[in-house]
Amino acid sequence: MKGLISDINKVFESRVRLGIMSVLMVNETYDFNSLKETLNVTDGNLASHLKALEERGMIMVNKQFIGRKPNTSYSATETGIAEFRQHLKALENLIGGQ
Amino acid sequence: MKSDTKSIDDIKAIRKIMEESSRFLSLSGLSGVFAGVTAIAGALVAYFFILDNGSIHYDEYFRSLSAKETFSLRWKLIADAASVLVLSILFSLYFSIKKAKRDGKNFWTPVSRRMLINLLIPLATGGIFVIVLLYQNHIQLIVPVFLIFYGLALVNAGKFTFSEIFYLGILEIITGLLSAFFPGWGVIFWIFGFGILHIIYGLVMYRKYEA
Repeated sequence: MKGLISDINKVFESRVRLGIMSVLMVNETYDFNSLKETLNVTDGNLASHLKALEERGMIMVNKQFIGRKPNTSYSATETGIAEFRQHLKALENLIGGQ
Repeated sequence: MKSDTKSIDDIKAIRKIMEESSRFLSLSGLSGVFAGVTAIAGALVAYFFILDNGSIHYDEYFRSLSAKETFSLRWKLIADAASVLVLSILFSLYFSIKKAKRDGKNFWTPVSRRMLINLLIPLATGGIFVIVLLYQNHIQLIVPVFLIFYGLALVNAGKFTFSEIFYLGILEIITGLLSAFFPGWGVIFWIFGFGILHIIYGLVMYRKYEA
């Protein structure tokens, strides 16, 4: 039983982070502006959550230029995918377990 | 329990975001209906005006004509088919953008781009191949090739939008393969594949997701 609750990952507690990870689970890469529109959040809010996920090794950042415009896109790391799956499972167990 | 409802809400939100970010759901059923109507109109124009009420059809005689003698005919048919294509694309863009706006969604997203690329690769290949067939004088294969490549394009794009598009693609491929067996029936297969199938698909989708 110990695994059930401890698999709930604190990193994914916030709704924005859940959203970021959900998008990156089903898309190989996603750019900043599209993420912002999909999740309906402000620049600053999104940037700080992306930073937090990046620092914990959940996502990777790819910076490149399209023409002269900088374009930042994100993708989930293997660790990120594995940990998010575990988190999802824990959430489902919590509901199913009652 | 508070944490339980939060977990349920979390999972719901996750599923919704996964669905919306990986599938282009602004495709409108009305696009299908209009594409079908345009295709039938194009086929009727071809039959009654360009092919002279069907008196010009593909046979031994036609095949014996040199490319020069049938040149204007070919260009008229290409212009007719191209107008159908352009009109259908404009209609589907119009209805999709309208639907996206109504749902408060963006039309131009990573997933709509991915869907378009996956649609366009087989479609452009088919279009160029049709030009090759015209050039090499294999007129009887043009309708089958149009239908088959269009079907393949839909199957390919189906991964990024409603799964019904995938099945529409399969039906177009079957129609195309069948039409290859019946060289003189191009107009009929065209009307069925691009006209009737689109209209049925469009009405089904409109009733299922929009009405």
